Amino acid sequence: MKTRRDFIKISAAGAGAAAIGLSAINWNGIGKAQASGSQHPVSEEEMTSFPTYCEVCFWKCAGWTYVDRNNNIRKIIGNKEDPHCSGRLCPRGTGGVGMYTDNDRLKTPLIRETVNGKQGFRKASWSEALDLVASKMKEVAEDYGPESFALFNHGAPGAHFKHLLHAYGSENEGEPAWAQCRGPREVGFSATFGSWIGSPEPTDIRDTDCLVLIGSHLGENMHNGQVQEVSTAIDRNATIITVDPRLSTIASKSKYWLPIKPATDMALLLSWIHVLIYEDIYDKKYVEKYAMGFEQLKDHVKNMTPEWAYGITTIQPDVIRKTAREMANASPAAIVHPGRHVVWYGDDSQRERAIAILNALLGSWGKRGGFYFKESITVPKYPHPEYPHAHWTWKDNLDGKYPLSAMGITTELLKASIPEFEYKHPIKAWLVAGTNLPLTIPDKELFQTAVQSVEFLAVVDTMPMDITSYADVILPECTYLERYDTIRSAPHREPNIALRMPAVEPKYETKPSWWIAKQLGERLGLGAYFDYDDYTEVLDWQLKKLGTSLEEMQKIGIKKFDRQSGPLYLADDEDYTFNTNSGKIELYSTEFEDHGFDPMPKFTQHPEPEEGFYRLIYGRAPMHTFSRTSNNPNLYDLMNENAVWVNPKVAELWDLKTGQMVWLQNQDGVISTFPIKVRITERIRWDSVYMVHGFGHANKKLTRTYGRGASDAKLITNIMTDPMMGGSGMRGNFVTFLTTDPGKEDNI
Amino acid sequence: MRYGMAIDTTKCVGCSDCVVACQTENNVPHGYCRDWIVENVAGSYPNVEIELRSERCNHCENSPCVRCCPTGASHIVEGGIIMVTHNECIGCGACIESCPYDARYSHPEGYVDKCTFCQHRLEKGQNTACVEVCPTKCLHFGDLDDPYSDVSIALKNRKWKVLAPEAGTKPQLFFLT
Repeated sequence: MKTRRDFIKISAAGAGAAAIGLSAINWNGIGKAQASGSQHPVSEEEMTSFPTYCEVCFWKCAGWTYVDRNNNIRKIIGNKEDPHCSGRLCPRGTGGVGMYTDNDRLKTPLIRETVNGKQGFRKASWSEALDLVASKMKEVAEDYGPESFALFNHGAPGAHFKHLLHAYGSENEGEPAWAQCRGPREVGFSATFGSWIGSPEPTDIRDTDCLVLIGSHLGENMHNGQVQEVSTAIDRNATIITVDPRLSTIASKSKYWLPIKPATDMALLLSWIHVLIYEDIYDKKYVEKYAMGFEQLKDHVKNMTPEWAYGITTIQPDVIRKTAREMANASPAAIVHPGRHVVWYGDDSQRERAIAILNALLGSWGKRGGFYFKESITVPKYPHPEYPHAHWTWKDNLDGKYPLSAMGITTELLKASIPEFEYKHPIKAWLVAGTNLPLTIPDKELFQTAVQSVEFLAVVDTMPMDITSYADVILPECTYLERYDTIRSAPHREPNIALRMPAVEPKYETKPSWWIAKQLGERLGLGAYFDYDDYTEVLDWQLKKLGTSLEEMQKIGIKKFDRQSGPLYLADDEDYTFNTNSGKIELYSTEFEDHGFDPMPKFTQHPEPEEGFYRLIYGRAPMHTFSRTSNNPNLYDLMNENAVWVNPKVAELWDLKTGQMVWLQNQDGVISTFPIKVRITERIRWDSVYMVHGFGHANKKLTRTYGRGASDAKLITNIMTDPMMGGSGMRGNFVTFLTTDPGKEDNI
Repeated sequence: MRYGMAIDTTKCVGCSDCVVACQTENNVPHGYCRDWIVENVAGSYPNVEIELRSERCNHCENSPCVRCCPTGASHIVEGGIIMVTHNECIGCGACIESCPYDARYSHPEGYVDKCTFCQHRLEKGQNTACVEVCPTKCLHFGDLDDPYSDVSIALKNRKWKVLAPEAGTKPQLFFLT
């Protein structure tokens, strides 16, 4: 047994850095602190609180921003009425204060200029910067048509700029949320149940008796409400089954951890389906009533026995049977979780189909402890003239490829921006709002070529993210704590809306996205689409239509409504029509078949690492979101770099030590821009390495996080594209260790 | 009255929300913290276990930090909470050395600082900031002398341990296992 002194103090725990004893916390008072005078806490009575919903991640928890008498934001506390957070924000929401206080924020508009042959940015006034963006948009519209102007977006700014884009005449918008994240699960579940999963996921975890996670690392991905419900499930002694080549936090709390050989999940899923059917332990009544294609499925999985899967997955047949029976015992209160970031191997929509089929056999869709029927409030559209007709969209470039893509495919927009690809409809200019493409889009070469090809790039962000260094014009957005935004109306058990309002005036010369979009719109002669002086007019109009008002929402922050769509769950034997071709749950997908894809999922062998290489697995840390929080002073404090997790056997082979800096080189010879610390741990398989996504920033203006850790995105150059929906499968990349500095690279 | 806290290691995910909530509640400067997370990994792949726990001052009943303080800045208040009066602290660091839990740090303004169990909130009948924020509700706090307090109930129903019992300091932090 180790003594306490051997434990690692992670001021901040979590993953990587922490656990190798490299906390940012300074125990002896050496570092410079940014103490703001007195340390005394301020009581809540001496502060004013304003409602908001969080923008640090997509979960959008509602909370209260507390401001002291000197107009300092002191803290953000969850709104107790909010079903997304139940009054408890996650570390990122609590640390959201740092988004506001970060001294590295973008402060003024910036315009790229060349002085003596050297490019740089100069400060500009808002009117100059907006005039420039608007004039470029006009030029693009005149020269190529407005459709050639594309929007890449994420989060709240998206709604404002989509409105601008549509008014301007383009529908070419893409967010990494589809092709780099959750697209496949929406395709897989839609084909099976006729419904997207959506966000937040309608998983009834609080009432489940069995939760199955396929690589999903809840607790490290801090999807707040879900993590809270897992905690409730643990209290209720629910069985958790986690499939992951890494002992994730949730795997360590699971009754069964299946340390699967990476890239073989499909075989495990199919063998579970086999066991449920051939041991006759599936929900017969449910399947007979609601599903079609059972006999075909039964025949399809006939030979996919646990013994067959063992040879592929390395999971013992008896463990496969035992876990399948656990699910069946809990049925219908069982959830095989769809996951969220599911673009892994290019057959992801089919893997999600297998997950959906399992849920169907367990009878969990529409049942307590399975998946509930979500409901959301439709916020009425503020009146505006009809959008002009866009003559083409990204879909017209596909020539029948990716027929099930329901949202813009970012990588396709990038390809359309590169003349060499000779797309029918080229993209000529971009607006990027709230997404850091260089650390988000794998296949660095594609991004680099595309960004160099476009004639104009404007970026809207709060921080000098890596993408801003490619911009022609940078427009500084104020943080979510300083602005009004659209009403949050995400689906949940109880339909609800939440208001975001400013707690303080915008710092520096920053502006809200609604204002930026309106200013651009007016300069483009589209003023009629922005028929208000202030966004509060839009909000008040919408809220009154919903039976409340801006004034009321400013006091309560969140409002819940009665359900209109019926109960949360199906009653026993209730008739129900699913939104599929057949009106039934499709175990045999007619939609897939119509498009020429396998109607039932098959196992495909994926590439294996060559000797000396290890599969690159990446994931989340609970205190960070994507690459957007690593410079946040509060969250940087909790975790200030990522580390590469290496199994001790592998470390011995390479003579690696914990804390040692290494560079990673992938199968295509691409080397990490920065070195990364080694963390030797038994938590990772010997054939894989693991790192937290979102580090390795290359923009020096991010003074804290610049050069700290490595970017997984840079090492992902083998993209296994999902033929159904265009997803970028990223888990077929392998890295090896370079223990000496490979020398500076120009290309960062 | 005797305040204590029970930390449920079976539910803690090590997210560090307690750390950042404490920092914003108590205006702890960046780079320092009053509470932190410890991760302990045991075993070898694939038979591995992790223990995650949120740690802070143990508010020991038999507290070496109070005994060794030359100025009386470190003292015990109602409920057994150990406090540091900042303007009486000369920053000598004796208490930091004496603490078996590494729970104290030198504040850049020259005094020693540590967890107060959010005494300013307890006075108003509120819970500590870390307990209030914890997404997994793995922190249980309250009066150990009250059999119906959250912490007493947790300790009654579950197995628990204290850290460094050999130090003999009678810590008031309990870890549910």
